[in-house]
This record gives sequence, structure tokens and C-alpha cells, in this order.
Amino acid sequence: MFDTANLTKLIFGRLTLESLPLHEPIIVGTFAMVALGGLALFGALTYFRLWGYLWKEWFTTVDHKRIGIMYMVLGIVMLLRGFADALMMRLQQAIAFNGSEGYLNSHHYDQVFTAHGVIMIFFVAMPLVTGLMNYVVPLQIGARDVSFPFLNNFSFWMTTSGAVLVMCSLFVGEFARTGWLAYPPLSNLSYSPDVGVDYYIWALQVAGVGTLLSGVNLICTIVKMRAPGMTMMKMPVFTWTSLCTNVLIVASFPVLTAVLALLSLDRYVGTNFFTNDFGGDPMMYVNLIWIWGHPEVYILILPAFGIFSEVTSTFSGKRLFGYTSMVYATVVITILSYLVWLHHFFTMGSGASVNSFFGITTMIISIPTGAKMFNWLFTMYRGRIRFELPMMWTVAFMLTFVIGGMTGVLLAVPPADFVLHNSLFLVAHFHNVIIGGVLFGLFAGIAYWFPKAFGFKLDPFWGKMSFWFWTVGFYFAFMPLYVLGLMGVTRRLRTFDDPSLQIWFIIAGIGAFMILLGIASFLIQIAVSVLRREQLVDTTGDPWDARTLEWATSSPPPAYNFAFTPVIHDNDAWWDMKRRFYARPLTGFKAIHMPSNTGTGVILAGLSTTMAFGLIWYMWWMAAGSFVALLAVAIGHTFNYHRSFHIPADEVVSVERARTELLAAGAKS
Amino acid sequence: MTIAAGTMKAGEPVFYVVDEHDHPEGSSTMLGFWIYLMSDCLIFAILFAVYGVLGAKYAAGPAPKDLFDLSLVAVNTSFLLLSSLTYGFAMLSMQQNRLGAMQGWLVITGLFGLAFLGIELTEFAHMIHEGATPQRSAFLSSFFTLVGTHGLHVTFGLVWLVTLMVQVKRFGLIEANRRRLVCLSLFWHFLDVIWIGVFTFVYLMGMLR
Repeated sequence: MFDTANLTKLIFGRLTLESLPLHEPIIVGTFAMVALGGLALFGALTYFRLWGYLWKEWFTTVDHKRIGIMYMVLGIVMLLRGFADALMMRLQQAIAFNGSEGYLNSHHYDQVFTAHGVIMIFFVAMPLVTGLMNYVVPLQIGARDVSFPFLNNFSFWMTTSGAVLVMCSLFVGEFARTGWLAYPPLSNLSYSPDVGVDYYIWALQVAGVGTLLSGVNLICTIVKMRAPGMTMMKMPVFTWTSLCTNVLIVASFPVLTAVLALLSLDRYVGTNFFTNDFGGDPMMYVNLIWIWGHPEVYILILPAFGIFSEVTSTFSGKRLFGYTSMVYATVVITILSYLVWLHHFFTMGSGASVNSFFGITTMIISIPTGAKMFNWLFTMYRGRIRFELPMMWTVAFMLTFVIGGMTGVLLAVPPADFVLHNSLFLVAHFHNVIIGGVLFGLFAGIAYWFPKAFGFKLDPFWGKMSFWFWTVGFYFAFMPLYVLGLMGVTRRLRTFDDPSLQIWFIIAGIGAFMILLGIASFLIQIAVSVLRREQLVDTTGDPWDARTLEWATSSPPPAYNFAFTPVIHDNDAWWDMKRRFYARPLTGFKAIHMPSNTGTGVILAGLSTTMAFGLIWYMWWMAAGSFVALLAVAIGHTFNYHRSFHIPADEVVSVERARTELLAAGAKS
Repeated sequence: MTIAAGTMKAGEPVFYVVDEHDHPEGSSTMLGFWIYLMSDCLIFAILFAVYGVLGAKYAAGPAPKDLFDLSLVAVNTSFLLLSSLTYGFAMLSMQQNRLGAMQGWLVITGLFGLAFLGIELTEFAHMIHEGATPQRSAFLSSFFTLVGTHGLHVTFGLVWLVTLMVQVKRFGLIEANRRRLVCLSLFWHFLDVIWIGVFTFVYLMGMLR
């Protein structure tokens, strides 16, 4: 009955050969490189017969430590993609003067700035933050794993699935050209008829499931699985900030899910939520997405604050100054983060009273944040400070973040915002707080906990190279944007008319290049550290003379974390144990009850990816088939009632004996 | 769980649990499921808010008074409320370990759920037939989305109900199954609460407009 055209359409939806961006030499080149790199990786893994190992030990693992590491790897890989986008924009803006069109056409450039924002927030910052929380929190509270280990694995793969979809959009079809929050009416079908916005929607929806579930998981873990004696006010500050972050995740991601679902109804069904006619209201989208969006930035920064707290007190050799006020400041920020969303669009015209309210609540946030800043300063005051890499990142953060915070308070003044709205001043501000806050915090955290995860420290020389390139590069890249913003240059421009602006863009480009060197140094640092792992080895499990419980076990910790569940008397639990001559138990080990690995998470996430792909390309058979399979696998999984096993006592004995020998060897050398 | 170490003397600190037992599986499940439900509640909160903003944007199309049949909705509402009641009876039977009675009550619950969905779909079909489609106006977009999302939840609740009944039949009232039944119970009552919101804000107040 069908002619060929109809049949092709039924099978491939709107996917045609023209959908492949073969006319864009940059993308074709990128594809060639990615394909070559992927083939080389695939070949190497096959040659060294690592697939079985990866599948059994990593992909299907429910161990929070391994899942944490996988999140970190995902975040770092996506950082390379997101940063490549940043570099392309900087280059384009540095050369597109005096009638030059630069080297990116507008179709490509608009995708680049959208992808950069989406990737950096959802697939770099989020996985890195979630990875650190996953790795560290159970150890800090003396638990053996998270509350729902299978869910943890599933969450990771859903996040990865979202990242896969974004990467897919680079080579099959296109990504959104709307900016990272896809405001309608631009993101409606009439103005964005292509697949870009659909890639955006489904990538975020799939990854959002993962994020929400990992939020539920970590809240339960922190509430229910703390070691005996660890009352709420004895929790390490990083655990506190993680708790608040996960509360924010659970209380804000459903909003994103709902608003993206409404946008997809507009696009797929033709409803009128955010259209210009039939009663639709595009500004409602902007309100709703920022009700998620503002808490989101605190989801990212709070764990960073936690990292800085741990690092400052460890490397100052002092108890954290003002623990209680730190906790209360964190909780206050958590609550206030819901009361400021409208400052992202003062120019909507909601009137003086509404704008004043949101301006004032925004300014109030600087009070608890300022309190934190003073707590860190007073922790350092009269401390015996060791300027190791994590501490260097912390000091850089304190200086940089204060600048970002002050420009933030400036933007919180509605009349000032009317001038600066959507200008490069804003772009400079949020990069100032996200790089200077979140990213510096993540680097501090990576340098701090790396020896815990792998049993050897990171190489300090290349770490310092990375540190200086990043910090100096940051100032070169973003201070010019403040200047340009004050001169009235708006964001997301592709070409410029006024030649006097060019010098600032060139300086910013140089800054971006320095950051490139910073990222390269970071990768070299990891490679060099792996090569020099013998010299950098940590035999003690406590290389920094630290204070919290994760340092009480070996580096890397055994699968069961602690042979005996610790009992806590003080909020610097490990410091307290060391001070009171804690003796590590050497006998009496018992079998330990642990969750079993499962491949269901990988399968479910894989099916979610194909379902999303089908929906994006209107390949309805694929979407429906994947959905049915998804339900079947999920239900099938619930018929498996045997999800745990015991690590036999003998194995615990031999692992602990190895640790005893390592400790003795370390003490001798 | 005993925290006491063998050598414990008065005043000597204890740093680890010596005599530890396996943690019962699923000890966090109720809390976790409750938090999940609250996140789901937020999705509904957004849909209610959207309905609040768009609920009067008829775009010169039909308004609630032209569309809603309150007596039908009343029947529908009582079906759902009754299904909550019968689920409660199922839980009571579970606590008395009366497996047959429990399965029976679950079947009745499921039938009430099906009847609810049937009436809802009939109502939707009728409206669409009259030209009041989700595309007609922002009011109808938000109406269909809010009520439809609730209906979708009931549908998944039914799939879950059937799955659980099979599992109870095959594996009996073991601890894991009891926990799952309690979770579904929470879910089912939660949908009831949401429906009361829908009934009040969408249907009753819609008729007053």
C-alpha cells in the first residue's frame, strides 16, 4: 500500500541523509577525529580484553565509590566538549570585526553557545558534583553504601544517556539554537521546527530522571545511614551541604520536568501553553524554568562550599570556625534560593513592588554567604596553613568568588539590571561565580580526595601549572567581558560593528587559551600521577592528616568501606579518633552483607536513549517499542528478590591483613 | 546492635561497633518513596499553577460551564474515593495475613480504578468530539494536561497493582512484598488526594466561573 517515500518516512521519521551535517567542514572534521579516537579506544579495549572487566566491575557496579568515579570521568570527558565550544566562541568573537563574518555561520554559532551552556551545567558541573557526593558522603557518614545501590547505578546511566543524546546531536541533525534555557516562543515549533530543541528536551528529561533519583537516594542515605553517634550537628560540613543540595534537587528538578513536558506538548501535540495565541503565555515558561534554574545554581555551589570547608580546616590544622553558623548559613541559602527566581528577568515588567521584593531577597543571600566567607577566613586565622593544591584552589576561590558575589549584588538592583540585563556583564558575572566557585571547588575536591579514591596523590607540579593557568586565564577571559558589558555589548552576538571593542575580545580569547593550557595541564597531571604512582603512594589512608571519617579507612577503601561500623563522638570524628589513640581492630571480623551488581541500569538507560531518539526523529515505532521494552525490563527487574550477598569473613580478614601490612611498610619507610 | 567493645571500661571511648548485625533490607524504602511522592506532588503543583494562570484563557472557545458534566464527575470521584477505601481494606487483610481476602480487595480496587479511567476517557472523547480539543485554547491545554497526567498516574498504578498481585501470588506475603504493597498504598492514596484537588479547583470552581 505504501510507496517508498511513505515507507521511508514510517521507518526513519524525519531522519534523512540531509540531516547529517556533511556541509559543515568543522563538524565533519570533528566527527572524523571523534570516530578515529572512538575506534582506537574500542580497539584498545578489545585488544586488551577489557570489556568483560569493565562490564562486570564498573558498568554494572552498585558500589557508590565506583559509580562516583564514573560520574567524574563523564564530567571530565564532557568538560572537553563544553570547553571546545567555549574556545570556538571566543575565537569567533575575537575575529568577527570590520566586516568579517568570522569562521562560524549563524546556524552553527547559535548551536555552539546553546550546547556550551547545556553541557557545562548538566553534563559537566552536575556529574562532577554528584560524583564527589556519591564517592564521599557514604564514607563520611560511616556507611557501607547508599540507601538504594541499584538506583544509584541507574541514575548514573540515565545521566550518561542524556550526555549521549547531546553528543549525538552534533553528528546526527543539530542541537537547539535557542540559548541554554530554550525560551519560547523561539523554542516553539513555529520558530524552531528542526530537531534541535527536541534533542534538548529529551536529553534533559532523561538525565533529569537520573538526577532526581540520585537526589532521593542521597537524602535517604544521609538521613538513615549515619554511623551511631553521628547526630545531625556532628555531620561533616560537606555532608551537610550535600544534604541541602539534594533537598534542592528533589524540590526543583520536578519543576524542570514539568515545564519541559509542557514545552514538548506544545511542540508535539500542538497545545497552547507557551504560544503567542489562543491564550498561551511564553513568560510563564520563563518563570517556571527559573523556579528550577535558580535553585540549580545553589545545587552546584553548595557542595563546593562543603569542599572548601573540609579543605580549609584540614590544611589549617584547625577545627572549622563556626560549624553551627556554617550549617545554618547553608540551610538559609537553601530556603532563600527559592525566593529569588524573578531576578533573572526583572525586565519582564512585573512592576516596582515585585522587582523590589526579588531584588531584596537576592541581596539577602549575600549575608549567609558572607558569613561562610568569614568562617573560612577565621579558620585560617592563626592556623598552621599548608599550601597544598586543594588549599591553593580554596584561596583562589575566596578571592575570585567575592568579586563574582559583588557583581551579583550589583545585578540584584533592578534599575542597574535594566541596563545590564543580557549583557556580557551578566555573562562575566555567572562565569565568575561558576568557575570561581563551583569549578575551583571541584578541582580542590578532586585534588583532595583523589588519593582516597586511587591510593596515590596527584602530582603537585602539574597541578600547580593547571592552577595558575586556570586562575590567571580566568581573569584574562572574563574581566574584559565585565568591561564590554558595561559598555553595552549584549551576549550571544556573532559579529561586531565597532572596531574599538575588538581588543577586549582578543584579551578574552587569550584568557580562554590559557584555560586550555590549564585543562591540558590537568590531564597531564593525571597521566603523570599514574606513571609516578609509586612515589606518590599513600599507605596510611590519611595523606593530609585530615579530620573526617573517610580518612579512617584505607586508600582506596575496601568494597565494604569499614570492616566495623565506626562510632562517632565528635564532628571531626577521625581527628577525635587520632587524638584519643584509636586502635584499629585487627580481629573479630565478620561476613559483611553487600548489594549485588546488576546490568538492569545499563539496559534501562539504553532503552531510554533509543526511546528519546525515536521521539526526536518522529520514528514512532522505535519510541513505542523502546517504551514497551522499558516497562518490561523494569517489571522484570522487580521479580528479582535476591539482590545481595555476603562478603565472607575470610575475605575481610585478608583485605584487612593487607592493610595492616601496608600500614607497617608505610611506617618503616 | 551493641556498641560495647569487649574491653570497654567506664570512660574509655568506643570507636566502632563490635557486634553488628545485617541491616534489614529496605529500611530506607518508605522514606525514599515518600520523598519521591513529594517530588511527584511538585509536578502536580506546577500543573495546578499552570491551570491557575491559564484556566480562564478560553480564546473565545468553550468554557467549563459548556463542557463539564458535574454528575458524571461526581460518579467518577466516588469511584476513586471508594478505590482508596478498598485498598485500605486490602491493607487490613494483609496485616491479618489473609492473602485471599487481600487479593480480592486489590481486584476490586483495580476495577474501581479501571472504571474511573473509563469514565475519564469517555469524558475526554466527548469533549474532543465537540471540538474542545487540547489545541483549542490555553484553558483546554492546561485542563487536559492536568487531568490527563493524573489519569496517566492511575494507569501506571494499575500496571503496578497487577504486577504486585502476580508477585504476591507467586512469592506470598514476604517482607519485600509487604513493603511494596505499602508503597503502592501510599501512591494510590496520594492520587486520591490529588484528585480531590482536581475535583475542587478544576471542576467545582470551574463551574462557578
